[in-house]
Amino acid sequence: MKFIHYIEKISGVDIYGLVSLLIFVLFFTLMLTWVFRVDKKKIKEISEIPLH
Amino acid sequence: MSMQVEKFYYDNKIVRAFGYATVIFAIVGMLAGLWVAIQFYAPAASLNLAPTTFGRLRPLHTNAIIFAFVGNCIFTGVYYSLQRLCKARMFSDKLSWIHFWGWQSIIAAAAITLLLGYTTGKEYAELEWPIDIAITIIWVVFGINLFGTILKRREKHLYVAIWFYIATWVTVAMLHIVNSLEIPVSFFKSYSWYAGVQDALVQWWYGHNAVAFFLTTPILGLMYYFLPKAANRPVYSYRLSIIHFWALIFIYIWAGPHHLLYTSLPDWAQSLGTVFSIMLIAPSWGGMLNGLFTLRGAWDKVREDPVLKFMVVAVTCYGMATFEGPMLSLKNINAISHFTDWTIAHVHIGGLGWNGFMAFAMMYYLVPRMWGTKLYSKKLATNHFWLGTIGIILYAVPLYWAGFTQSLMWKAFTPEGQLKFQFLETVTNIIPMYITRSVGGALYLTGALIMAFNLYKTIRQGKFVANEEAEAAPLLREAHPKREYWHRILERKPVMMLVLSLVLVAIGGVMELIPTFLVKSNIPTIASVKPYTPLELQGRDIYIREGCYTCHSQMIRPFRDEVARYGEYSKAGEFVYDHPFQWGSKRTGPDLAREGGKYPDSWHYNHMYDPRSMSPGSIMPQYVWLLDNKLDTSSTPAKIRAMKTLGVPYPEGYDKIANSDLMKQANTIADNLKKDKIDTPPDVEIVALIAYLQRIGRDIKAEPKTQTAMK
Repeated sequence: MKFIHYIEKISGVDIYGLVSLLIFVLFFTLMLTWVFRVDKKKIKEISEIPLH
Repeated sequence: MSMQVEKFYYDNKIVRAFGYATVIFAIVGMLAGLWVAIQFYAPAASLNLAPTTFGRLRPLHTNAIIFAFVGNCIFTGVYYSLQRLCKARMFSDKLSWIHFWGWQSIIAAAAITLLLGYTTGKEYAELEWPIDIAITIIWVVFGINLFGTILKRREKHLYVAIWFYIATWVTVAMLHIVNSLEIPVSFFKSYSWYAGVQDALVQWWYGHNAVAFFLTTPILGLMYYFLPKAANRPVYSYRLSIIHFWALIFIYIWAGPHHLLYTSLPDWAQSLGTVFSIMLIAPSWGGMLNGLFTLRGAWDKVREDPVLKFMVVAVTCYGMATFEGPMLSLKNINAISHFTDWTIAHVHIGGLGWNGFMAFAMMYYLVPRMWGTKLYSKKLATNHFWLGTIGIILYAVPLYWAGFTQSLMWKAFTPEGQLKFQFLETVTNIIPMYITRSVGGALYLTGALIMAFNLYKTIRQGKFVANEEAEAAPLLREAHPKREYWHRILERKPVMMLVLSLVLVAIGGVMELIPTFLVKSNIPTIASVKPYTPLELQGRDIYIREGCYTCHSQMIRPFRDEVARYGEYSKAGEFVYDHPFQWGSKRTGPDLAREGGKYPDSWHYNHMYDPRSMSPGSIMPQYVWLLDNKLDTSSTPAKIRAMKTLGVPYPEGYDKIANSDLMKQANTIADNLKKDKIDTPPDVEIVALIAYLQRIGRDIKAEPKTQTAMK
């Protein structure tokens, strides 16, 4: 197998940037949402696991 | 709800084995480091022997520190903490021991082969293909044991340290496999599947993430376990640790191209690397602050406890290195720092400070506990701490200075527009800094030796608890509570965690790698660039074998001073037949991208025999053996065939006649040397190496001028 350049030029390259940005924003929004909604008691319990 | 508590035993024996290996390889790796550091100002320390010369000893140092010292440290910590966080013994004792002995055998094989010159020529991935396969197998064994333990755990939730272990496992597996794709030529020789720019991109995607997922994420896992343990309080913010984790693994994977700024890598990929590198500050500093804030109100303990002392400096160094990293990714700073000792100082803040000190802290924590005793001497541990800390400063500060000074000297012009300094002047000028650096390294090593003594005495006074008793209730399959957040579901499902981590890290890789591989306009071809002749190919393999890339770059950046010093800047299309690429990352010697035709053959011959005869004051080692070693031409046909498979356009059946072409060219070079009163048979290695050196960077000169200007 060889690495051949199958495509001469990349057309509509902006879609790459847009998709990346979208994935990025979506991912972090989701993550931050649950991090701040998650139950305080549960968090405390988990954070104490190493001490038991 | 009442349930039967189960009694079980933690396996401390495997932790002890990995712990011993950690200490032994810390010392071995540091000794190798000190040895190469001394060669900078005393070239005779190479002993004029191939195995002990910088180009072979330096990969031994880096591999020993990364995979033997830090690798064993990771396994020590994981095997200790995972059992306790899961409230379960390791999944299989047998797998534990296969993992242990397999990993140590790999280290032994690595040490032997690297010294013998078997190398792929790709930094931190130098090991040849049979060892690569062994690494894959042992990594899978570790994975089964890791997941097996997680699955049979008695603790409902997966503590954040375990996430870091999971992400480490999956990402290292992916990086190792993708970067190690190579075509075997013989049992200990292979060529990288990729060439030139593509090889460079894959290599630094790997290289950068080896730092991220071998030297950072597992150690962060250890931090999240051992720091709260040692301070006897939970981590400052568990929420922050969750953000730290996801942000870190998401962003890190994109940052690789910052190792290739101003090179022939397409611009968009360079910018991508820079942007993500800057973003990395946020999660890294979040993690550092989380570690340090855990100690809020407990700083009196830090004064008392050597374990916490080491951890505080380690976490601080993590913060420094992860601030400096993004700064070095800015193009204007990188223009100064790259190829200089600045990079070496930067990685040693991480290596000595973060990895080393975390490993020491962990060992000081574990040994007294596993042997049921107190540390033999707190005072010695404190001395170790100070020797280490002063060692780091004495190591790094002179090298920052050296890097900055040398770079400015490289870029200096006289008012008449001439380069102000010869390359060699910029080297001899910083030799005092090299000496100070090795003093710093020696202090650091002395500290490690004191630790070994202290741990030995501790072990002697205690009694080893091979199987530590513990109790916990088994995990019941309970009905889901009414309000269950999806992340908590995720937390309970390690396999889903694994898949999601893999998807996250794969996105970055795919976005970066695919366009460079598929889109033609990213690597403009140059018609005059031709494959290497058989003799040049053999010479190139000698160049790789001797590790020339550890001191010489082959990448002229488009700067006024570099073009004035070395010649026309490097183009992506020049490297299409370079399996592997040899751009290098450090210029202890000058760039060689346009070396071809600069000096007569006889200059190279004399220079290899004794560099100081041609350039007085040079710190390059002597390569006397190249003058006598017979060139192994029996490998030529296989090498040509392998290159053909990789797409290098040699004519059909060329492998059969390659050696006759090789001898013709060798005879021409031998005749040339004879004219300069050097009598040598044509079939020695030096002749092949001269052929290669005289070829580098010449093809482009045959290109019609107007066309090169366009590209």
